[in-house]
Parts: sequence; C-alpha cells; structure tokens
Amino acid sequence: MVTDFTPLWISLKTATTATVITFFVGMAVAYWMANYQGRGKGIIDGFLILPMVLPPTVMGFILLLVFGKNSFVGKFLAGFDITIVFTWWATVIAAAVVAFPLMYKTARGAFEQIDSSYIEAAKTLGYNEWSIFWRVVLPLSWPGVAAATILAFARALGEFGATLMLAGSIPGKTQTVPIAIYFASEGGNMEKAFAWVIIIIAVSLFVVVFSNMWTGKKYSAIGKVRGN
Amino acid sequence: MGLLVDIQKDFADFSLTANFQVDQRPFGILGASGSGKSMTLRCIAGLTTPTKGKIILNERTLFDSEVKIDVPARHRKIGYLFQNYALFPHLTVEQNIAFGIRHLPKKEQQQRITEKLQMIQLEDLRKRFPYQLSGGQQQRVALARALVTNPEALLLDEPFSALDNHLRRYMEQELIEVLKQYEGVALFVTHNLEEAYHVCEQIMIMDNGKIVANQGREELFLDPPTFAAAQLTGCKNVTEMLPIDKSGTYVVPKWGNVTLCVPQGFKQGHKYIGIRDHHIEFVDQSRQSELDNVFLCEVVGYEEGPHTVTVFVQIGDQQTASEEYHLQIEVYKERWREISNSPNFYVHLPVDKLFLCS
Repeated sequence: MVTDFTPLWISLKTATTATVITFFVGMAVAYWMANYQGRGKGIIDGFLILPMVLPPTVMGFILLLVFGKNSFVGKFLAGFDITIVFTWWATVIAAAVVAFPLMYKTARGAFEQIDSSYIEAAKTLGYNEWSIFWRVVLPLSWPGVAAATILAFARALGEFGATLMLAGSIPGKTQTVPIAIYFASEGGNMEKAFAWVIIIIAVSLFVVVFSNMWTGKKYSAIGKVRGN
Repeated sequence: MGLLVDIQKDFADFSLTANFQVDQRPFGILGASGSGKSMTLRCIAGLTTPTKGKIILNERTLFDSEVKIDVPARHRKIGYLFQNYALFPHLTVEQNIAFGIRHLPKKEQQQRITEKLQMIQLEDLRKRFPYQLSGGQQQRVALARALVTNPEALLLDEPFSALDNHLRRYMEQELIEVLKQYEGVALFVTHNLEEAYHVCEQIMIMDNGKIVANQGREELFLDPPTFAAAQLTGCKNVTEMLPIDKSGTYVVPKWGNVTLCVPQGFKQGHKYIGIRDHHIEFVDQSRQSELDNVFLCEVVGYEEGPHTVTVFVQIGDQQTASEEYHLQIEVYKERWREISNSPNFYVHLPVDKLFLCS
C-alpha cells in the first residue's frame, strides 16, 4: 500500500505551478496569434503546437539539450547558481511545455470566436486594448479559457515522458504520481501501483467535474443572445 | 460646427470616395449592401483607417493623412450603434449602459444611467441581461449606451435591420424623438428608403463606393440627380432619352420610341428620363386631346399587392411577341377594377412628374 504521499503533493504542486505559468503565457500568445495577420502565421502556429504532437520523450530530449550543463541556457543559469535538470523545477518546466499547446490552441479558438463588434463597441466607448482584453475579451471567452485551463492542468498532471527525461525519478523531489506508478509496476509492486492509479483517477475526476460546475453556473448567461 | 468628411479608402477590388458635410440635423446615408455606407461610418468612428483624406468633427481633426493625424477610436467621442447592437452578454442592462462612463464618480454614473433608462423607458429591466430582452429593448439599450457618454457625433449603422416591420415603425418614431433632443451630429445609415426619409431631412445616396446624391429629402425624391439615385430611391421607370430639340421634347427609345414633353430645360449631362410608378395614370381616350403625353398601350401583365396593383405596360399597339414591358405602373385596386375590362388602355405621363437625370 501507499504510505508515502509525497508523489501526490509533488504532482499537485507541479501541475498547479505549470498551469499558472501556462495560463498566462498561453493566453498572451493565443491573444497575440488571434490578432496577428502577418505572414508565417501557419509556421508559428506549427511550432507552438509541436509539443503536443511530438512524443514526450522527444520534448524531454530537446529540453535536456536546452537546459543541460553544456547549453547556452544551462551555462547562463549556472552563472546564477541555478540548475534545472533533475530538480523540482524540471518537473514544472516539462509539464508546462507539454501543457502549453492545449492552453494556447483552446484559448485562441475562444478568442477568435468573439464577434468583433463587441471589441469595436468597447473601443468607441473609450477603452484601450489592455482594458478591452480584461473587460470584454476574457469575460466573453471565459468558458473556452476555463476549458483550456482544465485541459492544461489535466495534461500537466499526467505528464510522464518529458518529466522522466528532464527531472528523473528522485523520490521526495521529482517523483510525480505517474512516475511512481511506472516504477511501482516495473518493480512488481502492483498493489502500490494500483493504489496510485485509483488516487490519480479520483483527483482528475474531481478537478474536471468541479470546474465544469463552476464555469457552467457562473457564466451560463453567455452565448444566449436573443434576436439574432 | 458639424462634421466634415473627405476620405478615400482603397481595397483590392473596391474603392470608396466620400466627401460631404453634416450639420446638426439628422443626416441619412442610403445605399445597397456593399455600397460603402457602413465603411464610411467605420472610417468616421476610427474603426477603419482611410487610405487618405481628412475627417474633422467640430473643428477637431480626427484624421488627416497629410499631417499623419489618426485619433484612436476611444478618443474620438463618437457614439456608435451597431447593426447587431453588440450589447455585452455578460453584463446587465445597467452595466452595459455604465460601460462607457466607468471613469466618472459613482454618483454621476448613477444619475446618468437613470436618466438614460428613463429615456428608453426600461427602468424596470435594469438588472436584466441582454438575452432576456426583446430585439426592440436591446436596440434601446444600445442607443442609451451610445448616448450616455454625451458623444459629439452619433453613428447609427442600420439600427432597425434586425426588427420586424411593425416594431421598426415604432422604433423609428422613438429614434426621431431621441434625435430631436440630441445636440450633435447624427448619421443614420440604412438601405431602406422610407426609414431614411422618416428620420432624416438630408439624405446622401451611395452606390458602389461613390456618392451619387446628397440633398434635402423632398427634392431628392422629386428630382433625383443621377440614374443610380433614381433607382435607389425606388423609381422603377428610368431609361435613356434623346433630346429632339431645345423646346423640351424628347424621344425615349426604350419606351417604344415615344416623343415626350417635359417642362424643365435640358441640361448638359442629362441622359436619362424617369417617372415614379405611382405618378403614371390610366386615362380615358377622350382626354388625349387636352393632355400632353397620353399614349395608347398594351398591358403585358400585372401583379397584385395588398393595396395596389402593379401593371406592366408596353407603349404602342404593336403586337410584339415578347413579354417585355416599357413601364411599371402602380394603381389602387379599386381603380384597376374599374378599368381592367376596357378594350384599350391609355397611359398619361404627367409633364410635371417627369424628371431628367444624369
């Protein structure tokens, strides 16, 4: 049976931190891309989606190259006495990178569906771009953005491949639930693996159902426009 | 005081040129869809940037391509009423109206909101959301939201197009009342000529990105200056004509080559002649001697409407094989019943109702 619950705390802390980062970065990039009309929109979109379509091990390998000791970023961070690889921050970075495309793609879809006349109305009523985003775009796209956040959180919680490559499996430090399940079943401890499986199902289900109720209630008025 | 617009906006397959001035009286812009009327409004509001030209509102330059002035929409002090109203669905009626005056002290906000809610008679619905309102109520809220900021100009982009006919007339009356109280430039864009006529004293007509008429409503309907203006003001009978001499006699090839008398002198550039369908009358043969422009004709078809009958006639008695008609005439049903059995039809094109245009 499970006696040490640290993988659960690590997983929740990692997924939450990764979701917060992804939420802001993903939304900013999504909003920028939704309004971007220049050339190369398709190529940029392709690169942004890549972490979702590539095998997680490929992402893990790329992240190792980027943050490794011999890389530019690794050396730069080492100058500040910061190491990423095989630390808790590695689990966060792996989870955030892999969850990013879900946040980006879903939020962008939500932004692009907003009728431009709402934004224009806000302009004629004296609003600048920044306040239009917070007062009009975000509230109107909230169901989509909320869904994007939930998807990103779920993906971050379930991250395995890239995490294992970048953060390893250090119990109490970088060992998340998915990694704990892998090593438990690999080591023949089926009972322990099974317990973790039940726990992660319960947590995931709770998060999704709870957030559905929350977004459903608060913003049920949106999308009901009578008359046209 | 007023609005001066002199702009050009080029697209790959369309070019808009608009040069006009508006004073404090409601000003109508009439045109078919794609004529550039909404684009003109968008340029004035700052939602679209013209290619070149200038826009000046009450001595304040909003746009001038030569000195690179382009005041952003949020600083133009222009109220805009969108075709779909664009009420924020996540805000209540009250919050929607307050949206443009959030920077004011709470007390003044409340005062202005209450005043506007009284104006639109929706005080009881202040806590409702837009989806809980009817189309007419949504439109009123949108009008209140646009006016609460005390804009220097109010732009109305086909405000009634989403309403049914009955409600439309009612909202028209309301708008006329509101505009009477409003001290600023009001531009009303529509494709419906009756609406334009009811609401605005001055009407400008746009066609394919160009202004084809800009004058008082009365004059515009009596004497449209161009072929496009005649068609867009609902004239069904406009065609090419050729002057015979300077005495006011014309021959009209498309109307069976008839020779017509018109009162006004021929002006350079006049190429078309027209008459509105309800101005043509059926007369008895006996009156041919006392009236000008009475012609024998053949009825090639008719169409019944709720109150009137539209009759399609061919001038002359030649039995041509084609169903092609020369004139379209609108007569009351009663009159049509009286005459429809007569062996011969004579039409009268009153001299004072004919107009020439270029």
